[in-house]
Amino acid sequence: MNRIRYMVEKEIQQLRRNPVLLRIMLAAPIMQLILLSYAANYEVKNLNIAVVDGDHTTYSQRLVGKFRYLDNFRMTGYLASDKQARQTLLAGDADLVLVIPPHFERDLAKEGNTSVQLLLNAIDGSKAGIANGYATAIIRDFNADIRAETSAVAPGTIPALDIENQYWYNPKLEYKTFMVPGVLFELLILVGGLVSALNIVREKEIGTMEQLNVTPIRKHEFILGKSIPFVLIGLVLFTVGLLLGRFLFQIRIEGSVALMYVFALLFLILCVGLGLLISTLADNQQQALFVSFFLLVLFILLSGLFASTENMPEWAQWLNILNPLKYIIEVGRNVMLKGSTFRDVSRPFFVLAGMAIGLLLLASWRYRKTV
Amino acid sequence: MDAIIIENVSKSYGAIPAVSDVSLSIKPGELFGLIGPDGAGKTTLFKILVTLLLPDTGRATVAGYDVVKDYKTLRKLVGYMPGRFSLYPDLSVQENLAFFATVFGTTIRQNYHLIQEIYAQLEPFKNRRAGQLSGGMKQKLALCCALIHKPDVLFLDEPTTGVDAVSRKEFWDMLRQLNERGLTTLVSTPYMDEASRCDRVAFMQTGTVLAVDTPLAITRRFKKRLYAVRAADTYSLIHDLRLAPFTESCYAFGEFLHLTVKSAAVTEEQIGRYLREKNHRTIEIHSIQPGIEDTFMALMTQTQPTA
Repeated sequence: MNRIRYMVEKEIQQLRRNPVLLRIMLAAPIMQLILLSYAANYEVKNLNIAVVDGDHTTYSQRLVGKFRYLDNFRMTGYLASDKQARQTLLAGDADLVLVIPPHFERDLAKEGNTSVQLLLNAIDGSKAGIANGYATAIIRDFNADIRAETSAVAPGTIPALDIENQYWYNPKLEYKTFMVPGVLFELLILVGGLVSALNIVREKEIGTMEQLNVTPIRKHEFILGKSIPFVLIGLVLFTVGLLLGRFLFQIRIEGSVALMYVFALLFLILCVGLGLLISTLADNQQQALFVSFFLLVLFILLSGLFASTENMPEWAQWLNILNPLKYIIEVGRNVMLKGSTFRDVSRPFFVLAGMAIGLLLLASWRYRKTV
Repeated sequence: MDAIIIENVSKSYGAIPAVSDVSLSIKPGELFGLIGPDGAGKTTLFKILVTLLLPDTGRATVAGYDVVKDYKTLRKLVGYMPGRFSLYPDLSVQENLAFFATVFGTTIRQNYHLIQEIYAQLEPFKNRRAGQLSGGMKQKLALCCALIHKPDVLFLDEPTTGVDAVSRKEFWDMLRQLNERGLTTLVSTPYMDEASRCDRVAFMQTGTVLAVDTPLAITRRFKKRLYAVRAADTYSLIHDLRLAPFTESCYAFGEFLHLTVKSAAVTEEQIGRYLREKNHRTIEIHSIQPGIEDTFMALMTQTQPTA
């Protein structure tokens, strides 16, 4: 018991001797929280739109006018031809081009039917999809107006389904509300997993591991002595993150704060287990860094931090069964935004607990004192 | 019962044998030296004895405990100083010492008497970080850390490698002092001149022990005539002597070359005549008593006919 305490004291002493690392360890994740939550944004604003108007009539002007008065679009101007439209898209000067064919008004009036073309730069598929959605809505709106006018019936009296949306748990559809709870837990894997792995591998590199192995120190004493400081730092970080979420991002914590901490603690233990396992596999810090980085990127991209996991291909969803970050981000969002209780999130709790135990067992099995 | 007993221990890394069939026994209270060039298998043997490596075959006991079966007990009883500096460079002298004391369940106060003389030299720097100490100071600190739990047997793996000549002498004086209090010590070194400071030495090469004896007895094994030779041009001298028909071996030892001859009949006169024929000037030749290094050199060439 005394030995564990002294191991922890030693770690903290060493961290204090390395103020740069300590500062980076605390500041970098917080920076990440702020930057990711503000910058990584899927709301599509300021779409550049260009128009090829082959008709030049009141109707075509009205359609273009509808785009002009919306926040999401920015008119870049009129283009002379389809060819120019393609060039503009290629040059990246416009995100989409609306092509109004000649005789647009005449066909509409005479035949009651015509078409327009939307050309979209779809390199960024999701952005193009959203732009298409916006544009289609505007054209549909225009369509309804025209129909009302030509059939001389007041708009609203035509029988039609009106859809009214209510966005629950994130009423303003703010991206940062979606990001903060996710990033909050993602940060913990940095300190708990990456830094702890590097720390233990460093003991191997400088030879102190060998020196310790010839002492009566027990396996669990070493593992606990190494884990406790990182779990503590992780909890400090989590607290700072929660405060930032509440006061900087104005996100109310609907669920129990205690439950959030229970999960933070569980997740940190899991991360330290992972860090330990990596450290038993790696001989030097480069190897440890590479392995952790590989896992980290995979975990983060598949976790649903940025995009919903349900839309991922099936194999990715299978992989995700093993992705602790996926569970914890889900839990974080549900508890923080929806106010889920322990009963609602008991399944991920047991999955994560199982993973943590598994990783720790695997790590201590790999950590053999006789090499 | 002997403090360290090694019976037919072998260990290989993959296909490369590091230690092959080594047997040794070291008496309680002995200061025992393991001498041999780099790559002789000294460190591997050490790691087996301090329970860091498992031997492939054979068995060994330290202080009566088996290095495989009783490794837990043994780890409390041995002091080990690895060849490479292995303390925390970012902790101070005192913190390192206190840490290792605690890990062994003791305190600096309790065993201070064991390290008093050595630690006294470190005391002025006790708040300095271990990484910023000089080479000699690092070795002293490492020795303190290996002694702080009052070990029964002390293992020092190349403690003087990379340490200046004065510190090396000081270090051996300290070992002798510790030994006088009855501490069994196994020390390895690549420096053959240090062999004479041990009670007994084992000479190791390519994983096998070539000879075990007291330093004096080892030199007595050298039966051939030995000459020290010097001339103006050392480089061509060594070349010419190695080509000479009477030469068995010729090595540089400081400013002289040590020459062993094939038969006792070869005289200084003959050697001198041969060298004058080869146009050497200021030639100096005299017969000398073999030292321990000459013996080791001879042992090495005996087992390595190609060299």
